[in-house]
Amino acid sequence: MLVALALMTLPFALSAAGTAWVRITNLAILYVFLSLGLNIVVGYAGLLDLGYVAFYGVGAYVYALLASPHLGIHLPFWIILPIGAALAAIFGVLLGTPTLKLRGDYLAIVTMGFGEIVRIFLNNLSRPINITNGPQGIARIDPVRLDGINFGRDDVWFGLTVNGPTKYYYLLLLLLIAVIVVNMRLQNSRIGRAWEAIREDETAARAIGIDTTRIKLLAFAMGASFGGVAGGMFAAIQEFISPESFVLTESVMILAMVVLGGMGNIWGVIAGALLLSFAPEMLRYTVVPVQMAVFGRLLIEPEVIRMLLFGLALVLMMRYRPAGLWPLRARQREFSKQDVAK
Amino acid sequence: MSAILLEAHAVAKRFGGIRALHDVSLTIRQGEIYGLIGPNGAGKTTFFNVLTGLYSATTGSFTFAGAPLKISAPHQVARAGIARTFQNIRLFANMTALENVMVGRHVRTRAGVLGAVLRDAGTRAEEAAIERRALEMLHYVGIADRANDLARNLPYGDQRRLEIARALATDPKLLALDEPAAGMNATETAALRTLVAGLRADGLTVLLIEHDVKLVMGLCDRVAVLDYGEKIAEDVPEKVQRDPKVIEAYLGV
Ligand SMILES: Nc1ncnc2c1ncn2[C@@H]1O[C@H](COP(=O)(O)OP(=O)(O)OP(=O)(O)O)[C@@H](O)[C@H]1O
Ligand SMILES: [Mg+2]
Repeated sequence: MLVALALMTLPFALSAAGTAWVRITNLAILYVFLSLGLNIVVGYAGLLDLGYVAFYGVGAYVYALLASPHLGIHLPFWIILPIGAALAAIFGVLLGTPTLKLRGDYLAIVTMGFGEIVRIFLNNLSRPINITNGPQGIARIDPVRLDGINFGRDDVWFGLTVNGPTKYYYLLLLLLIAVIVVNMRLQNSRIGRAWEAIREDETAARAIGIDTTRIKLLAFAMGASFGGVAGGMFAAIQEFISPESFVLTESVMILAMVVLGGMGNIWGVIAGALLLSFAPEMLRYTVVPVQMAVFGRLLIEPEVIRMLLFGLALVLMMRYRPAGLWPLRARQREFSKQDVAK
Repeated sequence: MSAILLEAHAVAKRFGGIRALHDVSLTIRQGEIYGLIGPNGAGKTTFFNVLTGLYSATTGSFTFAGAPLKISAPHQVARAGIARTFQNIRLFANMTALENVMVGRHVRTRAGVLGAVLRDAGTRAEEAAIERRALEMLHYVGIADRANDLARNLPYGDQRRLEIARALATDPKLLALDEPAAGMNATETAALRTLVAGLRADGLTVLLIEHDVKLVMGLCDRVAVLDYGEKIAEDVPEKVQRDPKVIEAYLGV
């Protein structure tokens, strides 16, 4: 209850510190979507994927193309989002099919290549027919419109000014709940158990009757669809996208979020995503003023400190918490001991 | 004489120059415990791997339950009704004992992604049935009190039992056990013997690889002996024990 109340009022508290913080929170929620999607592939099924950002890109471009003056199509977001998710899922299967026999490092390299291929396509599909508008990206993307409410504009309701980012925040919060529920239900299902079985011992999983080909492709497809949804929302919120947003370092960052929090554990992954989304922003807003106050001038750029801390965090993690901050623990099932013991 | 469950027809398997199996033919009857013995490296595990589709046979084929066994993928063999355990225990180490057995129900259940997400009545009922059945299996092998422990935290003997429970959860017609008593102490071996005899009493057919001669001779209805990939004997234990070829293979003369 308390958490719910805090989440409901958060944007107003954040607005006090500047609308920028609401935007940052919205992006952080998108990273939670992405991390939870990647967690299905990496955390549940144990398949190392370094090209995950490709699905984010697919979702974003689907939205941009179907809701902008670029092609002159303006579909509502609740139609586009499922299309983006479905297309991303198809891309997931496209990536999964040739990599079924690969594991570990080899899989990581191939998926990394896949991510780059998608980005390069986005960059170059402006000729001979202009589909993606190349490196310039697509601008003037429609904001979300729902029931007459335009999420791109400020509104005054009951004497209270509600700005665009705040509206998106509530929409994202709703989506987030859906995403978490879907994730938890998947994990605790016949399919989720099959994913984990493949992660634990693929040979035993095959021998026990799991069609590992199908179940792995399902992991790629499901994980990708979350990326597609996140991409669609990203395009709507930013109202502008370009291939630059879908580079390898993004894939690496999302993977770092999953690993930092604790692969396979939903709450750990969420915490990891929030931590890695907010920490750099905090730094951005503290490093400069602190240095100005102490030294009277800027000695070290925030970006340098950010990379320094990121590197330090990685080293410390590997040394002390290799399984993540909140590693996966066996899920306790809900029946009592006596029931089991008899 | 009861019906034939599994028939191997001249099954051969080569690894490069190594002839791991050479034209092995054998018949396993419904409801019996069939022992497969032989010195180290004789090809016993290879026979299991070929039968369960983990390796493809170089030549030869199987008939199972009256029909040719199609071995294009291991999961199809499991669906056809053959379940196995591994010489080196292969559990899903970071899942609970109960979850391990629940995975065993995968091949007999249907819920997909949509069912998992929507949790409709049908899926919930299936999920409850999976859990109930898995718990039954844990009771059956006698480790129900460890249901919520991670597989890797179970004592060695219980891990062997858990692997059997997981295999049983697939509703097999034939259960293939690869050295289930390996590494067990005398008490654990005795308990295992009771368990396997109980399986036969409940109508299951068991294919048993085992090094413990006393266990094999006491438990099996019939025994086949492999040596350098060839079947050199197949009979009731008493006769096999006295077969000069078998004695020679074991003494390595
Ligand atoms: N994957 C493989 N690649 C190459 N050679 C193999 C492979 N698997 C088994 N072999 C060889 O096949 C022969 C039979 O091995 P197998 O494991 O079937 O013997 P086994 O009868 O199970 O022995 P043990 O009693 O030691 O378990 C051995 O020479 C072994 O080295
Ligand atoms: Mg062996």
